[in-house]
Amino acid sequence: MSGFEITRRTFVAALGGAVGGFALGVRLVPAAGEEADPKPIPSVFVHVGADGLVSIVCSRSEMGQGIRSSLPVVVAEELGASWNRVRVVQGDADVRYGDQNTDGSRSVRHLWMSMRVAGAGARSMLVAAAAARWGVPAARLVARDHQVLDPETGRSLSFGDLAVAAAALPVPSPESVVLRADAERTRVGTALPLIDGPAYVTGQAMFGADVRLPGMLTAVIARPPVVGGAVARLDDTATLKVPGVRRVVRMPALTFPVLFKPLGGVAVVADHTWAALRGRAALVIDWNHGPHAAYDSASYRDALTASVRAPGTVSRNTGDADRGLATAARVISAEYHVPHLSQSPMEPPAAVARVDAKRCEVWAPTQDPQGAQAEVAKALGLEPSQVTIHVTFLGGGFGRKSKPDFVVEAALLAREMGVPVRVQWTRDDDTRHGYYHSVATQRLDAGLDATGKVVAWRHRIASPSIGWTFDGTADRLDEGGLQQGVFDLPLAIPNVRVERCPAEAHVRIGWLRSVYNINHAFAVQCFIAEIAAATGRDPRDMLLEVLGPARILSPAEAGIEKNDNYGATLAEHPVDVGRLRRVVEDVTTRAGWDAARKAGRAVGLAAHRSFLTYVAVVAAVSQDGDRPRVDEVWITADPGPVVNLDRVRSQFEGAVIFGLSAALHGSITAKGGAIEQANFGDYPIVRMGEEPRKIHVEILNGHRVPGGVGEPGVPPVAPAIANALFALTGTRTRALPLLGAPATSA
Amino acid sequence: MITLRVNGAEHSLDADPDMPLLWALRDLIGLTGTKYACGEALCGACTVHLDGEAVRACVVPLSRAAGKRITTIEGLSRNGDHPLQQAWVELAVPQCGFCQTGQIMSAAALLAANPTPSDEDIDESMCGNLCRCGTYPRIRAAIHRVAEGTKR
Repeated sequence: MSGFEITRRTFVAALGGAVGGFALGVRLVPAAGEEADPKPIPSVFVHVGADGLVSIVCSRSEMGQGIRSSLPVVVAEELGASWNRVRVVQGDADVRYGDQNTDGSRSVRHLWMSMRVAGAGARSMLVAAAAARWGVPAARLVARDHQVLDPETGRSLSFGDLAVAAAALPVPSPESVVLRADAERTRVGTALPLIDGPAYVTGQAMFGADVRLPGMLTAVIARPPVVGGAVARLDDTATLKVPGVRRVVRMPALTFPVLFKPLGGVAVVADHTWAALRGRAALVIDWNHGPHAAYDSASYRDALTASVRAPGTVSRNTGDADRGLATAARVISAEYHVPHLSQSPMEPPAAVARVDAKRCEVWAPTQDPQGAQAEVAKALGLEPSQVTIHVTFLGGGFGRKSKPDFVVEAALLAREMGVPVRVQWTRDDDTRHGYYHSVATQRLDAGLDATGKVVAWRHRIASPSIGWTFDGTADRLDEGGLQQGVFDLPLAIPNVRVERCPAEAHVRIGWLRSVYNINHAFAVQCFIAEIAAATGRDPRDMLLEVLGPARILSPAEAGIEKNDNYGATLAEHPVDVGRLRRVVEDVTTRAGWDAARKAGRAVGLAAHRSFLTYVAVVAAVSQDGDRPRVDEVWITADPGPVVNLDRVRSQFEGAVIFGLSAALHGSITAKGGAIEQANFGDYPIVRMGEEPRKIHVEILNGHRVPGGVGEPGVPPVAPAIANALFALTGTRTRALPLLGAPATSA
Repeated sequence: MITLRVNGAEHSLDADPDMPLLWALRDLIGLTGTKYACGEALCGACTVHLDGEAVRACVVPLSRAAGKRITTIEGLSRNGDHPLQQAWVELAVPQCGFCQTGQIMSAAALLAANPTPSDEDIDESMCGNLCRCGTYPRIRAAIHRVAEGTKR
């Protein structure tokens, strides 16, 4: 098995013993104005062994975005290492690595420069060691192909030959390190190999559920159907008769706010998964459902609709939108609805823990190793330093595995049982007990003057906040949620107002790949196409007109006090309308937009900035028997410079299909406070054969520093498809899923 | 006792005959390349071969698997070099990788029965294998690549 544990131990042993190698400490300095760890701390990322093997830590979680095939290459290139002599070591939770939270599409953005410094620092030490050995100036030496060369004499020494001598040298400060010139950097930015490919295709890659420890038991948990519910009566007589069942354990009941705490319920701990599942099925539990038992998605949707028909909290304001609407020659209005969605990674949550009086050791597919460490420590009454978190491969994350509730469950049960315990969530558990994408109803009103030009724009949003998950009190979308495609939406319109309207939360609300951007892009990009249709304009021309000319959108022009801008400064990552226009122009040109429309092909367009990256999508649909099908999709993204072009392309291919699932199928609904869907039968995702037969990805580089890649492809997909469906049918569908929701099993 | 013949090796298990093959493979035999993801034959992550036929191990009871020739991803090739495994790596098909062992087992059964499948054949054989990352275009391309190699 290519277990992380083994490689990690080897690596740490090498570091601790300092035998025959050296490790380089790198001080992580966040870019100015970033929200990263306020106390940057030295981190260790590179180790060169006396055998020449270079070990590079990947501190972010691998969940399919290819980070292990990306950041370590940046280090290796600066170092001059040969890739076949490099081993990637998955970092445990460790504050020395800085922020490890793998969400927000920011691993490359946060770390690419630190990784360059790490590689360059190690190189400078190897070069200095060679210079000392030969008695020549370091400046004339070069490091490449895993060796240091003296071009004047033709001599060379391998990295392995230099490792011990280099280890005795002082570690250079990051400021003193000289980075390679662009001309020397020939690998990064190209299509780099998928380093874990062989492990994936042979079944050797170790995911969370694959970890096996001696004496380990397996637990499944019956959780309250309604968030905040608790066990009223339990009869476990039949359960305890199931062969292989060891114990039934009452989990602590959940208290609000829900945070990342386990949901409570009853755990069945058994010798293996099948016994645990059979034991759980035999439990007889009466539940007290708690304060959210009245949550009903049908009536809640009516409440959201009523909410957006009244004024809310004004959060973006220029001119006077109400007056502009009142005096407009024509007003166009529409209301859009996006349901709750589930991340549904193919690997349901699972974690393994072992606990003794002083320590807890965990193996988990977590997006947030340090968050998991903190939550486990809190739950067990330990210090974070007493909790070790080993990060396995993640079988998909999409935001679900940012929340370590399942890791805490494993830790609590391991302490209770006194032996290692693996907690396994079933698919039904994952679907019914998630942290759901926020349901949203939005109303848009546009006022047009006599010439058809948009002169007023009012956007009202009713959507429960992720903030409720943390404070238990938020009664509407938090203002920070508007940074996701509302504050940074260019509108060349004199009167603009955005209002947040009341929307209470009744289930755990959490991040799902691209988060609120899904809702905002769907409403805004459909609405602009609706204005085009109502005025007989080409949707692309209308979109470009509404966005306005190429310029930097300032907070003052937008009518906002502050744009969080995904934690980046506006100086480094301005809202660049020119980049947004360019992806629209590129994608429509590649898709043959004018010719396609002239030929009667049903095409739809949408564009959106998220996670500091600009993306536009054209979708083409046709009627296939009794239902439409998405035949072809063009997607153009400008994320700025990239590390691994192939993994970037694969992320946008995947984003099209992830977005297609949300557009066509996804809907999570509640009745009596309980989620109605359970598995892929009633929460379907796109299957082979449903995917667009052609997906054309184009990656532009219109900036000097990287933006995000994992999430930004998703938001424009659903509105592009909705707009194409309108072109096909002449009927506008304003709610996801566009083809309606399947029957539920509940 | 139930005897399972997995990847050429015999395993005698004291297990519930109703236990799905998936849990015997993962929990009792320790072959974790076969994945759990739905438990209801809705996603294909647990696909293995039973006498050469692709089945969902999560719904095959041990009583049905006993006596049959069971092949898992660990036994598909000796050195991880089945043409499909090679094509999967060359085209960098996996993203998170979790579903890919099941995808490859389904594709291997397809190609064994139909060495040069059409897109429609691929749809029919592979539509039971879900991928949340959205690697379908590359899965399709990898199957076609292996099929092209067969033709030559």
